[in-house]
Formats: sequence, C-alpha cells, structure tokens
Amino acid sequence: MSLASNQPIVEVRGLSKLYHLGSIGSVSLRDAAERLVSRFRGKNGAPPPKPLQHRIPPDRAGSEPNSFWALKDISFDVRQGEVVGIIGGNGAGKSTLLKILSRITEPTEGRAVLRGRVASLLEVGTGFHPELTGRENIFLNGAILGMKRAEIARKFDEIVSFAEVEAFIDTPVKRYSSGMYVRLAFAVAAHLEPEILIIDEVLAVGDVAFQKKCLGKMQDVATREGRTVLFVTHNMQAVRHMCQRAILIENGRVGWLGDVVTAINRYAGNPEGHTSRIDLDRMARNNTGETARLKTLEFLDETGAPIHRVERTQELRGRIAFEVREPIRQFDLAMAVTHSGGERVFSETFTDQRRPQALGSGCYDLEFSFPVQHLKIESYFLTLWCWDGVDAVDFVADIPLPEVVDSHADSYKEARRWGVVRVPVRWTQPSATSEKIALTTP
Amino acid sequence: MVKMEPATDLAPGYEIVIEPNRGWLRIAWREMWEYRDLLVLLVRRDFLSKYKQTLLGPAWFILQPLLTTVMFVIVFGRVAQIPTDGIPAPLFYLCGLLAWNYFAQNVTAGATTFTANTQLFGKVYFPRLIVPAATIVSNLFAFVLQLAPFVVVFGYYKLFTDAGAAISIDWRVLLVPLLLLQTSLFSLGVSLWMSASTAKYRDLVHLNQFIIQLWLFATPVIYPLSKIPARLEWLAWLNPMAAVVEAFRITLLGRGTLSFGCLVSSIVLTLAAALSGIVIFQKMERTAVDRV
Repeated sequence: MSLASNQPIVEVRGLSKLYHLGSIGSVSLRDAAERLVSRFRGKNGAPPPKPLQHRIPPDRAGSEPNSFWALKDISFDVRQGEVVGIIGGNGAGKSTLLKILSRITEPTEGRAVLRGRVASLLEVGTGFHPELTGRENIFLNGAILGMKRAEIARKFDEIVSFAEVEAFIDTPVKRYSSGMYVRLAFAVAAHLEPEILIIDEVLAVGDVAFQKKCLGKMQDVATREGRTVLFVTHNMQAVRHMCQRAILIENGRVGWLGDVVTAINRYAGNPEGHTSRIDLDRMARNNTGETARLKTLEFLDETGAPIHRVERTQELRGRIAFEVREPIRQFDLAMAVTHSGGERVFSETFTDQRRPQALGSGCYDLEFSFPVQHLKIESYFLTLWCWDGVDAVDFVADIPLPEVVDSHADSYKEARRWGVVRVPVRWTQPSATSEKIALTTP
Repeated sequence: MVKMEPATDLAPGYEIVIEPNRGWLRIAWREMWEYRDLLVLLVRRDFLSKYKQTLLGPAWFILQPLLTTVMFVIVFGRVAQIPTDGIPAPLFYLCGLLAWNYFAQNVTAGATTFTANTQLFGKVYFPRLIVPAATIVSNLFAFVLQLAPFVVVFGYYKLFTDAGAAISIDWRVLLVPLLLLQTSLFSLGVSLWMSASTAKYRDLVHLNQFIIQLWLFATPVIYPLSKIPARLEWLAWLNPMAAVVEAFRITLLGRGTLSFGCLVSSIVLTLAAALSGIVIFQKMERTAVDRV
C-alpha cells in the first residue's frame, strides 16, 4: 500500500471547536449596528448591553461570555481498514466532530490529517432535486459526494438494482414514494469507494430490511475492501457488530477510546458519573419543556435506596421530579423503553392505570416501577413524555436505564441470546416414545 | 471485484489537513479541478430544472429580453426620447440587455450562494466556489438563447430597413467571447462579495437586490455612453459594466464610443473584484455553516 504502515490513516490532534452562542445564526446588520452604538455609549458611562443568557455547563464554557466548547482537545488515531464507532449522548459533540472531519466547518484549534480520499455521509439524498429523474439525481448526488462521472456511470446499473427502482429510473424523484427516495439516495451513498468513509446516523432511515442490506453493504466496504470507516450512531447493536474500536464522546471530550464493549458499557452506564440521579433538565429537547418540565429522575431499589444497577429478579423504581409551569388540565405521562440497538421494547402511560389529572403550577414527584425480569443483560434506554391531554409538553429521550444484572447468568450465554427481551421459557424433560418418526419425502 | 478507478490519482502523499486556517490566500485550485464533474452536473441541474419547471420552458429566456425591450422602446425611446447613437432603438436596447442580463442574472443567483444552499453546505463538503461558478456557466446558455432574438432583429433591420446602414458587423465580433469572459469574471467577483456579506449579515439580501436594480441605470443600457457628460465620465470609469455594455455594442452593432482609459480601468477593476471576491469568499466559506 501507499501508506507507510506506521502512519495512521486518520490522525486527530487536540481538535477543539468553540461556538459563540450569540452569533449562531447570522446576525442582521441592524444588530451589528446596535452593538456598535451601545459599545460607544458604554464608554460614556451608560450600562453595557445585557448579555443574552445561555445555559452553558461550566466545564464547557469558553473564556468569552456566551462561548461554548462543542469539542475540546479531541485526539485519536485510526488505522487503515478499521471501523470505528463514535458514540455519545445528545449534544456531546459527535456531530461537531463529524462536521469538522467532513470539512463542513473548521476547528478553532487543533489539527486533523486524513490520508486518503474522504466521503462523508451525514444525510442521504443530499442535493437531490425533486424535478430531476432518478437517473439524473444519481449522477448529481454522486458528484456532490465526490464521485467522478465515469465512476458513477460504471456503477450505475449496480446502484439502480441495489435501490430496486429500475422501473422508475426515468421518473422525476418528486413522484417517488418516500421509501423509494430513501433507497435510491442510500444506494448512491453505499457505492462510494473512498479510502475513508464518514457516516452519520443515516442508517436510521428506510425500512428494517433495507437497513440490514445497507449495514451489510457497509460491512462489505470495510472488511472486504479494506476501507476505513468512522461511524457515528446511537445504534449500539450496529456498533457491536461492525466496529473494532469505539470512541465515546462525553461533554465534548474523549470519554473512552478503545474496545467496543467498554465504550458501550460506559455510555450506557451513566453519563452523569455514576450517580443514580439523572438531570433531565439538562438533556436535549426539541421545543418542549416550556409548559411543564421534567427535572430529575432517580432510580431506586425496592427499599428506596438509590441504585445504578438492578438485579433481574427485582423491580426497578424510578422517581420523576417535574415542574408544572402553566396549569395542565389533563396530565398524563408516558414512558417507553428502547433497547440500545434502537428497537422499541414497550411503552406504558400513566393513564393506562389512573385517571388523567388536572395539575396546577408547582413541583411534583411521581414514581413508577416495573419488573425487569424480561429485560436482557444489556443496555436499555428510557424515553419520557409529559402530556397535557392534547400535546406532548415535554419529551426527553435516551435516558439510560440502570444496568440490568444477573449474578447467576453465564455472560457468554447471555450475549448469544436473540432479540431485545428475554422470556423465560418452560421446557419439559425429553421423554422416550415408542413410535419411530418416519421422514417421508414426497 | 471492481477495482477502484481513481486509485491512480492518489499519489502516496495524498492527504487532507484540517486545521484552523488563518491564511488569506489559500485557494483550493487543485480541489476545484478534482470536482470539475460536479460543476458540469450542477450546470445540467440548473438547466434541466429551469426548463422542466416553467410552462414556457426555454422560450422564457427569449421572451424576457424581448418584452423588456418593447417596454424600453416605449418608455425610454418614445416617451423620454433618449437618443440611441443612431442605432435602431430595439436593437440598441436588445444589445445592451444581452450584456446586462448576463451580468445581473449571475449576480442575483450568485449572491445567495450561502443562504440558498444552507442545507447542502451543512451536510457535505465540496469546494463552495463550484456553486457560483456553475451559475455563471449555466447562465451562459441563457445568454446563447437570448442571442437568437437579437440575431433575428439584427437581420431584419440590416436587410429590410434604411436604418440598416447604421449598423454593421465585422471582425470585432470575434471579441465577444473576451467580453463574455470579462463579464463572467466581474459578475463572479461581485456575487462572491455579495454572498460572503449576506452570509454574515442576512438583511443585506434586500440591499443587494436594490443595488442591482440601481446599477442598471448607472450602466449605459438605456442610453449610450457618449451621452454621459464629460464631468461625470469618472462614473463610467468606476463601473466596469459601462465599458462592457458599450463594447458589446461596438462588437455586435459596429457603433459606440469607448475611450481606451475607460476600457483599461474596466479590466483592472474586473480583475481586482474577481480576485478579492475569491479571497473573501474562501475566508467566509470555512465557517459559513456556523452562521447561516
């Protein structure tokens, strides 16, 4: 190979990215002018402009007000042919790392060297134009992702058949079903052949069968063709299956770099540093949490003592503290458990058992409990919704559940179980029968 | 297994270095070249999508300058009675619009490079300069289409009217490609400046539109350069498009007045605008996604 064996194909040293929260989103000229004017006045004794209030965790605050280290001092190496998973909670800095390595934005400090052609896949169908046909979009999308026209032409038939859209290849993609659209978009991406492939959670699209096909294709790319893959995901199953090493990003820093199992356990274990109390207030949300806000979640054992792991024979208790800011007429709370592989396991709501309640503003505590005997010795995540009878007023996902442990289990055997739950099956002893079972072939 | 084709152009030293870039003059020429296929495909996309989306298709490219010319003939020719250097008024306006439209279309589209492509730029890397460059190339097709009505009107006046004696076409028509090159470069420079500034201050979008509207009147499209009073001639020197539009008339109609100084100043300013535009654009593109 052209690469000297001692040189890593990806070399990241002290990469940091500082964001100025006030200036995310472009400023208007008027704002800039106002700032200038108030700066003048400030010199003449008038009070300086009141800074915008942003909640920045102290360990990530930059030296200037409202600045925020999305990434701080990230260093790692990746050797050629390695598949490395990048995991971490929402807002930990995974996406920023990906954006820097994909050259979408540049770092504030540090340096990264990529020794080879890079293709990054942060989204499927980037640059698809609805008016153009499938054929035209394959070429356009391929070129946007960095393929040469000749290369696309050579792989064209393969892409079309992979996407299963042969009959519609000359139809504008605006007439495609969403499934077809995603399949075509992914097919183009799956046929990229760079030395380094950077993938974001694009696998979270499409139907399950197609996802499997894509994962298989990715694996092929990595193992058979010796390409290097950096793979950001929440899908722990995919990380476990595909990656040789994992990087856990926590609060903008490298939390763990090394074997996959440790990284997953650390990620699933407790991102808050092994306390049983989880600060929901600080977790990422999408425009919720105004009318009511989930504040903390504490896991307890049957005696009420805080825990961060739970024995399979026991019940898991959780105490949710939440604040109602505007009175809610029909309060409801929903919880759902997902497996670390992304599969939904079950969900349950407060009103499954109790009547919806009116709650005035104020702070409340609420407890739930459920047996964990059907969970596997794996990581699960909890999602909580707070409802006002019509809309979800607060929604927090990816809350790690305490680790389920079983002191009697054989970990090798446990790891080989299928599925996302464990259902204890009762068996009888084999008993001898007198009849011979005849195998007939028609 | 299929062998990867571009493996050949991966020299052992192929590496991408990512670091905070504080240099001003690092222009990624090599990368621009590597992404040349993208330029071709973006031009194709522009053309196909414009053609497919509109009812009239490519006819629109022809109708637009014709309708504008009719308007100009009525308003500026008949009502305001602005002289046209002895050139038949429709030809005079059509020729000026040919050059002006190419410039204005480039700038209007190019100025929104960052704001219109936020989604794309946030998801994938390629040299951003490809986008305004593709705009300029695809507008060149519009220019060629718009040349058709000009040729028809030119032929009509030359062959069937007495005014045909006033217009002529000679070897100078061969200079048109050079003029187009200059227009491309200047419009690239202006649109890069505008897109870089709108990436930083979004409300400049409206200002940019306004600038282009006013710029039309500061350029000899509806009046000949010869009608600019001597004490205002410096204005024409400061506006590279003034010399370009007048030069278009000289090359396509054989009539016009253009001083050597004005032409040189136009070329110098064009190069300055293009180079400074590229520099400021490349400075902005590195962190533009953090802002827009």
